[in-house]
Amino acid sequence: MSRYESWGRYPRAQQRRVLPAFWRGDPPALDPADAPYLPYGLGRSYGDCCLNADGTLIDARPLSRFIAFDAQAGRLTCEAGVSLAEILNLIVPRGWFPPVTPGTKFITVGGAIANDVHGKNHHRAGTFGRYVRRFELLRSDGRRLLCSPDENAELYAATIGGLGLTGLILWAELELKPIPGPQIELEAVRCRSLAEFVDRSLESDASDEYTAGWIDGLSRGGRLGRGVLLRGNHARGDGRWRGVKPSPLRLPFDAPGFALNPLGVEAFNALYYRVQQRKERRALAGYGAFFYPLDVVHNWNRAYGRRGFLQWQCVVPHDDGARAASAILERLGATRRAWFVVGKVFGDLPSPGMLSFPRPGLTLAIDLPNDGPRVFEALDAVDRIVLEVGGALYPAKDARMAPATFRAGFPRWREFARQIDPAFSSSLWRRLTHDEAPA
Amino acid sequence: MKRVLIAGATSAIAHAAARRFAGEGATLMLAARDPDRLAANAADLCVLGAARVETFVIDFDETPRQAELLAAAEADFGGLDLILVAWGVLPDQAACEGSVALTLAAWQTNATATIAFLTRAAMLLERQRQGTLAVISSVAGDRGRRDNYVYGAAKAAIDAFLQGLRARLHGAGVRVITIKPGPTDTPMTAHRRKGPLFVSAERAGDLVYRAAIGSREVVYAPAWWRPIMLAIRLIPEGLMKRLNLSA
Ligand SMILES: Cc1cc2nc3c(=O)[nH]c(=O)nc-3n(C[C@H](O)[C@H](O)[C@H](O)COP(=O)(O)OP(=O)(O)OC[C@H]3O[C@@H](n4cnc5c(N)ncnc54)[C@H](O)[C@@H]3O)c2cc1C
Ligand SMILES: NC(=O)c1ccc[n+]([C@@H]2O[C@H](COP(=O)([O-])OP(=O)(O)OC[C@H]3O[C@@H](n4cnc5c(N)ncnc54)[C@H](OP(=O)(O)O)[C@@H]3O)[C@@H](O)[C@H]2O)c1
Repeated sequence: MSRYESWGRYPRAQQRRVLPAFWRGDPPALDPADAPYLPYGLGRSYGDCCLNADGTLIDARPLSRFIAFDAQAGRLTCEAGVSLAEILNLIVPRGWFPPVTPGTKFITVGGAIANDVHGKNHHRAGTFGRYVRRFELLRSDGRRLLCSPDENAELYAATIGGLGLTGLILWAELELKPIPGPQIELEAVRCRSLAEFVDRSLESDASDEYTAGWIDGLSRGGRLGRGVLLRGNHARGDGRWRGVKPSPLRLPFDAPGFALNPLGVEAFNALYYRVQQRKERRALAGYGAFFYPLDVVHNWNRAYGRRGFLQWQCVVPHDDGARAASAILERLGATRRAWFVVGKVFGDLPSPGMLSFPRPGLTLAIDLPNDGPRVFEALDAVDRIVLEVGGALYPAKDARMAPATFRAGFPRWREFARQIDPAFSSSLWRRLTHDEAPA
Repeated sequence: MKRVLIAGATSAIAHAAARRFAGEGATLMLAARDPDRLAANAADLCVLGAARVETFVIDFDETPRQAELLAAAEADFGGLDLILVAWGVLPDQAACEGSVALTLAAWQTNATATIAFLTRAAMLLERQRQGTLAVISSVAGDRGRRDNYVYGAAKAAIDAFLQGLRARLHGAGVRVITIKPGPTDTPMTAHRRKGPLFVSAERAGDLVYRAAIGSREVVYAPAWWRPIMLAIRLIPEGLMKRLNLSA
């Protein structure tokens, strides 16, 4: 059953059963004897939100059929196991794009809804859930409920960002976004500190649809938080970038090793260095290189070895001159393990989801190898910083936060808990609520 | 392939192959016994670019209806370029050992009904003097094995039948292709533990698609099953009966 692991490969969980869902019209019966149940998509969550130790996983991936595509209106209806990669293959040649995409295309529609994923355009577009017009939800009692803002509205709101706990999404109807072509015009901007990163992001929000960047997790002192902000827009067919023909900057992040942290450091330095050369600031990239640089290496997560790795993602306010975020970098930098950090300034567009993670502030996503208690202690310490400033951690990436941290970051969790299907649970949910019975 | 009839179109392997044909803008007739599943697959193929998708509800065990299906496909499309035969069942071997009825029911679906259909399909293609008949058999037909010989024997019958058809239709310009998948992750094997030799339905479907448009007569899917099955066929019967080979 090792196929069913999470992307960080930590923690491990032994599921009792795996139940594949093949047909949306004839979904599997959920026998109470095999509860608790949890849907599983493509396992691109890092921690344990897609794991269900001693329970049953419902493999939603075989639900991979398209249902309808309106290429005039930009509307797509498909089963919940369809992957973003399959959607892109269908829609990009017809001039459409997902309004929100995370940093990998190997995720399912169900997973995108259940974690209410965000992308580099959060400041313009908000989260994935905003574009989910409706979906059908299978509950363990066999009911199949159509959920939308007007119908079963509470379940709709609970399921978006609902961590797979409200039932199995069978299919969904999504809104798409028109694009002029498959390429991205991008510009790399050097930033000397996190505060500068935030300023440059905010100033780019008006001009650029996509903003996100890499931050050096190792530099300290005067160089703490230096980084590179990438900003970009969908290129028109002629591929000209604000009237200038871009020079062919080879993006270091299309190198396979970019994700693998020791190499990533080199790549970072290479990028940082290149950015200093003025003429190489602008580039035209295929959408794949821009959005999914890591997807070219399948199973890059395995490079971390058997013990797996952790990703830690927070959102914290930045109106303090990015003080909290800098303190986090400083603390994690001390472990010499936070090789690579991705940063993005979120906007304020609300999500329909009750338990949605993105909110205004600066988000940092940090990969750390699982090499023992030191890393866990450091993460506990930075959790406290997040808590102090009223931030939150992303459950899709979490393997170890304390229940109190979760509840502080997600004040609507009780309201959410009432919508959970009684026969559904997950390793993550048990970990985050074991100390308190939901009322 | 422009005009394709898929017999057993709700099979996961066949549908994965159908998606490739749809992507090329083929015209497709999908035949299977469950109308809802047929409709779900048909919608998917339409979205993926099929020029036209028709469905036909049929239980292939009811052999007289097979003639209606072929007549409808021929009439609707004005002929067929490819007939892909994909339906099948994997019977519970242990249960079959204690039941003539179960053994013959599986035989009916996997052998008798298939041979009936192949006979009719051959007549159509021979009359057309063109086209391809591609049939999903199985590596299980290459050697009777302790744990699935009821299934394997039916596939062996199909294999021999196709060998003869191939020789007969060759002169008429009709190609006959035997496709032998190894263990594949589909509803048929949902209850089985997935060993390292399993491939996904997408992978198998892709290989079926390539086999159907390719030039090889007998195709193993994936190809590495050919040497493996050759080796297994060479094991002396006296030794084979003591081995318990399973994938
Ligand atoms: C390289 C990489 C980059 C990433 N970048 C980003 C990013 O930029 N932004 C971001 O937000 N995330 C990002 N992620 C995380 C990823 O987008 C999410 O974890 C996503 O939810 C994974 O989807 P999945 O299909 O793999 O679901 P899984 O990981 O299998 O499951 C995730 C959750 O969805 C639930 N679920 C799955 N299918 C269904 C269904 N049919 N019905 C109900 N619930 C279901 C599961 O129960 C589970 O709780 C990234 C991950 C990787 C590996
Ligand atoms: N999976 C493997 O490991 C494997 C290995 C080698 C060969 N094969 C062969 O590959 C082919 C496709 O199987 P699969 O793996 O794709 O499994 P599958 O998804 O279970 O497909 C089998 C299909 O056959 C249909 N069917 C069975 N009896 C029928 C009947 N009497 N009339 C009409 N339709 C009938 C089933 O229809 P319903 O949906 O209505 O039940 C089902 O759609 C089969 O010939 C199988 O023997 C499979």
